[in-house]
Amino acid sequence: MAVAGPDDDSIQAIFRSMVLIAACDDALRSAISAGTVTMAYYSPRGQEAVAAGFAAALRPDDYLVTTYRGLHDHIAKGVPLRPLLAEMLGRAAGTGKGKGGPMHVVWPDTGLMLTTGVVGSGLPIAAGLAWAAQRQGDGRVAVASFGDGASNIGAFHEACNLAAVWRLPVIFLCQNNGYGEHTPFAHHQRTARVSDRAAAYGMPGITVDGNDPLAVYSAVSDAAARARAGEGPTLVEAVTYRLYGHVFGDRMTYVPPGELDAAWEAEPVARFRRHLVDTGVLSDAAADRVEEECARLVADTLDEVLALDEPAADELLTDVVAGTRGD
Amino acid sequence: MTDAAAPAETSVRAALTRALDEALGADETVVLLGEDIADPSGGVFGVTKGLSTKYGSDRVRDTPISEQAIVGAAVGAALGGLRPVAEVMFMDFLGLCLDQLANHAAKLRYMSGGRTPVPMVLRTAVGAGLQVGAQHSQMLEAWITHVPGLQVVVPSTPSEARALLRSCIESDDPSVFIEQVPLLQRRGVLDDAPVPLGVADTKRAGTDVTVITYGRQVHDALAVAESLAADGPDVEVLDLRSLSPLDSDAVVASVSRTRRAVVFHEAVVTGGFGAELAALVSEALFGRLLAPVLRVGAVPAPLPYAKNLETLALPGRDRLSTAIGHLMSFGG
Repeated sequence: MAVAGPDDDSIQAIFRSMVLIAACDDALRSAISAGTVTMAYYSPRGQEAVAAGFAAALRPDDYLVTTYRGLHDHIAKGVPLRPLLAEMLGRAAGTGKGKGGPMHVVWPDTGLMLTTGVVGSGLPIAAGLAWAAQRQGDGRVAVASFGDGASNIGAFHEACNLAAVWRLPVIFLCQNNGYGEHTPFAHHQRTARVSDRAAAYGMPGITVDGNDPLAVYSAVSDAAARARAGEGPTLVEAVTYRLYGHVFGDRMTYVPPGELDAAWEAEPVARFRRHLVDTGVLSDAAADRVEEECARLVADTLDEVLALDEPAADELLTDVVAGTRGD
Repeated sequence: MTDAAAPAETSVRAALTRALDEALGADETVVLLGEDIADPSGGVFGVTKGLSTKYGSDRVRDTPISEQAIVGAAVGAALGGLRPVAEVMFMDFLGLCLDQLANHAAKLRYMSGGRTPVPMVLRTAVGAGLQVGAQHSQMLEAWITHVPGLQVVVPSTPSEARALLRSCIESDDPSVFIEQVPLLQRRGVLDDAPVPLGVADTKRAGTDVTVITYGRQVHDALAVAESLAADGPDVEVLDLRSLSPLDSDAVVASVSRTRRAVVFHEAVVTGGFGAELAALVSEALFGRLLAPVLRVGAVPAPLPYAKNLETLALPGRDRLSTAIGHLMSFGG
């Protein structure tokens, strides 16, 4: 079933989300380079359109489970910038009081239930969230966001099969960025597309241009409609590219000559801006204002968060199980 | 032959079924999932028999043979507001789902600063003593007591099996509930006393030696204690019931009286939970002890199939008696 495309307000919100993600990524990489902050950082730069597109297609209370390369998903799903950055910097005001870190951001208020540092492990958990939604009849869907590399781990296959057998309202959203860690796609699987694997589990699989937020929006809207109608899971593959490699400091020596230049040509934020200006949805001046506003918001929030306290020592043993405290 | 006046006895198996039945009846958010748990099979050991018929097969739900999906789906369902009870057929299969258990169930409360607790139970069985070989027999509690955030429970009687399972289901944190298969037949009179996690029980009071134990080994320890009662040492049997949280106060209090301790468990001794208990006693009571803390458990080999070798590998009453004799040889 085809779902109507987003209205102009939604399109502008998608653009702003993409710009905010890119601005946040720029600020974090600059801060790490400058030594202002220290962390293992997995840049999502280049994958903004996937996150902004799928999040716009969901209800605010729909569940999301994502992975360590998750900043774009976090922002798009509505995690407020201040607790998000505070968690990344290990501050008490963070989403997990600074005890989880960038690989473990959660924000149940907007449906972000898990960020995992283990490749593929989120898929069975998303299936479980979808089971809860199915039992509770609340109409929610669960999205598992993961990379192409995750489609080779057992958890992927077990979760796809279980979700199909149970007709769970879950969307398996593969952000195929071309590499599993440092291994190119063609070296880690024989199938041409991750979505080809859906057929093995008796669910629809679709591949879309992950650098086009409207294509992602459309595919995820269709999948969400199917899920809410009780028709079970869908595997959506969004083909994109990670512009800064696996982890901060990756020199990307494994990338063939010319590939990165071509990827920058297809960079989704500038591309979507051009599209919006060309189609008259946004003026150049308005687009500039969005970019300036997002850059300023990120810079101000980062400054503010840098001044925040680390968690108190009595947090050390708090939250191990209910009622435990470190004092 | 039955005594008409005696109260009816219930097996551990029936007590477990009753606990699940009561939990499903009391709380709409309780759900069960696992391989073959729905009727007509009702679980490979029959523990879930009748429950899918009573509560529906979407609430007591069969799964594919996919341990990682079973435990991962339980984690997700718990995050989504349910109280799932997952069954992993044998504890040996924890290796197939340990990521979901140790990296996710155990850690999500902590890593989220308390935002995402995981109220789930993983029930699993151990077949040692039944000649089911090295991959269906292992007590692997040491794997999971090592992970902060997990509760680990091993019942020894029907009443406690029922009460402890209820406590696990009602807990807002993940529990692993270990069911030793030979114990399922064991019968006893059910009482209605709740049993909180983290409270040990003195199954037999004694003055000379404390046997620190849990699960079906409790009954072997009691038999040994009785066999020695006439002219040997007076043996105290402390049933831990839950290993995490651990009632360390009860352990230390008992051994501070008896001043001799032996840990008795079915698991392999090397790197086993007994080492933790021995360290606990030594740290708390060094200088008060009349003898070193001894450990009696399985030998460090995969559990053999042949009946004679399986018997030799597992810790039986003879080895416990010998250890107690050794403890007493240190004087006092």
